[in-house]
Amino acid sequence: MNIIICIKQVPNTTQVRINPDTNTLMREGVECIINPFDMYAIEEGLRLKERVSGKVIVISMGPPQAESALRESVSMGCDEAILITDRRFAGSDTWATSYILAQAVKKIGDFGLIVCGKQASDGDTAQVGPGLSTHLNIPQITYVKKVEQVSIEGIRVERMTEEGFEIIEAPLPCLLTVVKEINEPRLPSLKGKMRAKKTEIVKWSADDLDCEHDKIGLDGSPTRVVKIFTPEPRKGGLILKGDVNEIVNKLVAEVKNEL
Amino acid sequence: MADSKKIRILEDVCVGCGLCIKACPFGAIELVNNKAVIDFYKCNLCGACVDACKFNAIDLKTTEQKQDMSAYKDVWVFCEQKKGVIQSVAYELLGEGRKLADRLNCKLCGVLLGEDIKQNTEELFSRSADTVYFVDSPHLKYYRDVPYTNVLVELIKEFKPEILLCGATTIGRSLISRVAIRINTGLTADCTGLDIDPESRLLLQTRPAFGGNIMATIITPNHRPQMATVRHKVMQEPPLKPGRKGDLIERKYKDDLLAAPTRLIDIVEEIEETVNLAEADVIVSGGRGVGGAKNFDMIKELALVLKGAVGASRSAVDAGWIPYSHQVGQTGKTVCPKVYIACGISGQIQHLIGMQSAKIIIAINKDPDAPIFKIATYGIVGDIFEVVPALAKKFKEVLK
Amino acid sequence: MDYLLTEEQKMIKDLCRQVAVEKIAPIAAEYDEKEEFPWPIVKIMAESDIFGIYIPEDCGGMGGGVFDLAIATEALSWGCGGISLAFAATALGTFPIILFGTDEQKKKYLPKIAKGTIASFALTEAEAGSDAGAIKTTAVKDGDHYILNGTKQWITNAGDSDIYTVVAMTDKTKGARGATAFIVEKDTKGVEFGKKEKKLGIRGSSTREVIFTDCRIPRENVLGREGMGFIVAMKTFDYSRPGVAAQAVGIAQRALDEAVKYASQRKQFGQAISSFQGIQFMLADMAIQTEAARAVVYRAARIIDSGCKDISRISAIAKTFASDVAMKVTTDAVQVFGGYGYMREYPVEKLMRDAKITQIYEGTNQIQRSIIAGNLIKELKKK
Repeated sequence: MNIIICIKQVPNTTQVRINPDTNTLMREGVECIINPFDMYAIEEGLRLKERVSGKVIVISMGPPQAESALRESVSMGCDEAILITDRRFAGSDTWATSYILAQAVKKIGDFGLIVCGKQASDGDTAQVGPGLSTHLNIPQITYVKKVEQVSIEGIRVERMTEEGFEIIEAPLPCLLTVVKEINEPRLPSLKGKMRAKKTEIVKWSADDLDCEHDKIGLDGSPTRVVKIFTPEPRKGGLILKGDVNEIVNKLVAEVKNEL
Repeated sequence: MADSKKIRILEDVCVGCGLCIKACPFGAIELVNNKAVIDFYKCNLCGACVDACKFNAIDLKTTEQKQDMSAYKDVWVFCEQKKGVIQSVAYELLGEGRKLADRLNCKLCGVLLGEDIKQNTEELFSRSADTVYFVDSPHLKYYRDVPYTNVLVELIKEFKPEILLCGATTIGRSLISRVAIRINTGLTADCTGLDIDPESRLLLQTRPAFGGNIMATIITPNHRPQMATVRHKVMQEPPLKPGRKGDLIERKYKDDLLAAPTRLIDIVEEIEETVNLAEADVIVSGGRGVGGAKNFDMIKELALVLKGAVGASRSAVDAGWIPYSHQVGQTGKTVCPKVYIACGISGQIQHLIGMQSAKIIIAINKDPDAPIFKIATYGIVGDIFEVVPALAKKFKEVLK
Repeated sequence: MDYLLTEEQKMIKDLCRQVAVEKIAPIAAEYDEKEEFPWPIVKIMAESDIFGIYIPEDCGGMGGGVFDLAIATEALSWGCGGISLAFAATALGTFPIILFGTDEQKKKYLPKIAKGTIASFALTEAEAGSDAGAIKTTAVKDGDHYILNGTKQWITNAGDSDIYTVVAMTDKTKGARGATAFIVEKDTKGVEFGKKEKKLGIRGSSTREVIFTDCRIPRENVLGREGMGFIVAMKTFDYSRPGVAAQAVGIAQRALDEAVKYASQRKQFGQAISSFQGIQFMLADMAIQTEAARAVVYRAARIIDSGCKDISRISAIAKTFASDVAMKVTTDAVQVFGGYGYMREYPVEKLMRDAKITQIYEGTNQIQRSIIAGNLIKELKKK
């Protein structure tokens, strides 16, 4: 069975800072990493491969530098890697992105499962996974925290909810988005790293995927960014020091009406 | 992609100062022969460069509305229900939707799907809905992706709303993403601000990006409905107007539209020891300064006294002192309580992102330079092992 | 300064560093406190192919040499000098098989070790430390077997290892040719283990007695030939000393990193203590020594891997220098931390406790100096 993993290379948002003088994003020197949620998707894909025997194909839509994210996935154990890259994809919002990924999946052809991370840490929208399954017209199960059973007939999972979880069955092919509770991603192995170095990363462009031009990039994106600004920083208030009892009395007096 | 008709550098005005380059979040500008040059493939037409340029050397044409959207009207709110109980996020969206509808001079409509839910529609009217569309079917008793998507798509096609709002919940996120693709329209997730542009009548959707380091305002100029999801506790519930009436419109659909390819086998609820974190009005959180699992007992004690929930920073969770379900922050939960008490939490940006919209923040830390003091309403420089039990004791007296 | 490393060596370094930072360092204090064997880390290292770095390729390994082993050991020891011994001490127990094993022995044991089976080297006894020749464990020939009797002391990984390379006396009258090296498997009848020793440092590793009572070992398990026991031991140490030295460098580097970080954060007299020259000079000296130690370890490892026959001296120099440096640098790190350095809540006192053993085991630094001096004089006499 082909198991397709969708990953995205993102800036390490824990490192992204605002320059306090110019109020702009400081992008230099920020490391590019695999979207943390996608690591769980890769790990689950590798575990599913061990359960149903198949091939793990990892795909990513991004600029040429996203190749390093794909190689890292291969070093963890993924069998094949495809980079979907084209300058004309730039500016794609989640609608266009899920369309492009769907075209790529259609080109791969036969598959049993698609596994995505819950959301990307730069956009945080969590829209691409469901968008992709809708474009492909296949069932989806989001927020998967455990795969109970899997075979070519179907899959049975635990889906995380605010109150606990649901148990859901779905036929294949289907798409899963996974949460962090599902597993602990493995480290790459040395053999994996050596294989990743030699692996040929397949590259597909808009033409390779037969993308309709008005469905990709800025033109294919129904949403448009009109403004970017830094949020009003929250200011500090009263600092209390000294005798603990005095502090506590003062604080309780101020705050008790809110409770 | 962008092009010179939409955005261009006025070369005779540009002095090559490079401020626009620093401001561009997409890295789309570079300096060539001391003049700014835009890479049209990378440019998102967001306008950050226009704001940054001191010389007005960048000409950005505002996005044109190509199509006639007048057939679309009304503000819709998808009202999520679980086990027949309408979720409070729906009320918050009705509150915000009311403001938007008033500004657009149109109706506010609730959309309710479920089984035996007709009686719940009254609640929606009492929370400012003018119209409620409802679909009652045993197939819709529990949320399932495909039937809910199909029904919502049919309703949208028939009634053509201008705006559709939905809670950014587990259900909301899964549902609305699918609807947006099916309808071929734009969706903005996790909005923290919604407004109407007076000239264009477009919905201005503001949300954080890059982990909350910057804010972006987004529009959907040429597709309808304009869709946005909003997180719980970001908007305000409207005042309750019991007895208020409105139009109730029911629809029924054939079984094949309501069939689901996935099967729901079971629902398992896990009982939280204390109040649900996301709902709590008061949260007492422990960080690295707590120092150990046993020490969280005093945090729990204070939370109990205040009838609040227990939260934690990532350090405390990673150290194994408290389960991940209590984690507040970028990789944990976003909370918006009335009172947030941060004990032994230094205030790293990843934690602040999860709680900085709390009404009152009380920080207790022995390090006077801890970043959290910069945003705390009340900052206590002291030992949490003295202050927290003392607070618990005093609050217990005062709140009796 | 990565220009010295090949692509493969960079991969080894990066991966071991990732394991050290993400997996070992966060739990090091806990394992130091609990004194447990780090099985979860062994599993991670095995899955990442780390155990196979120095194992020949035809036995399931990567075919790396002493240099690759040194890079890996240094990176893992940065995380914890005790936990890294699950890997490094296994290498010590494995070298006799790599250097002296027959094809059958290599094919039987090396693939298992490459997959994460732990090994130990058993020479030391209560009355035979530096004086290795004074061992009393006997191996008496009985037909196709040897019967082992005696007690080995302070054996790293003992009790957790499955494979033991043991040196025992086969003929006391033959002096230096009187010992033989054997491969002994854990579940052989007559093998028992003493209690776990309570140590000053490297508490994340296990140290026990290995007790042989009428333990029958088949003849096929002799390493090399009867009488080669001490040669096996000495040659093994020549190859393993850069590993100990690398462990010391890893610990020293960690101490330096912690000291620099602390000095930059700690404020006294209104400024970070890293702005005081007294502290700056200490940090600089720590960096100088650590860098020099690393250089000599790399040199020794490269010389050994080049196939040079005369490796005892450079190997001893690397071990002596690096371990003395580690002791000095970790002690200075505690000093930089001041009062906080003395507290167990802070990481540096553990580093100082861990560093000490590197000056003692696998030949005390005094024995090392004897080896170096003896080698210098012998060389002069040759000329």
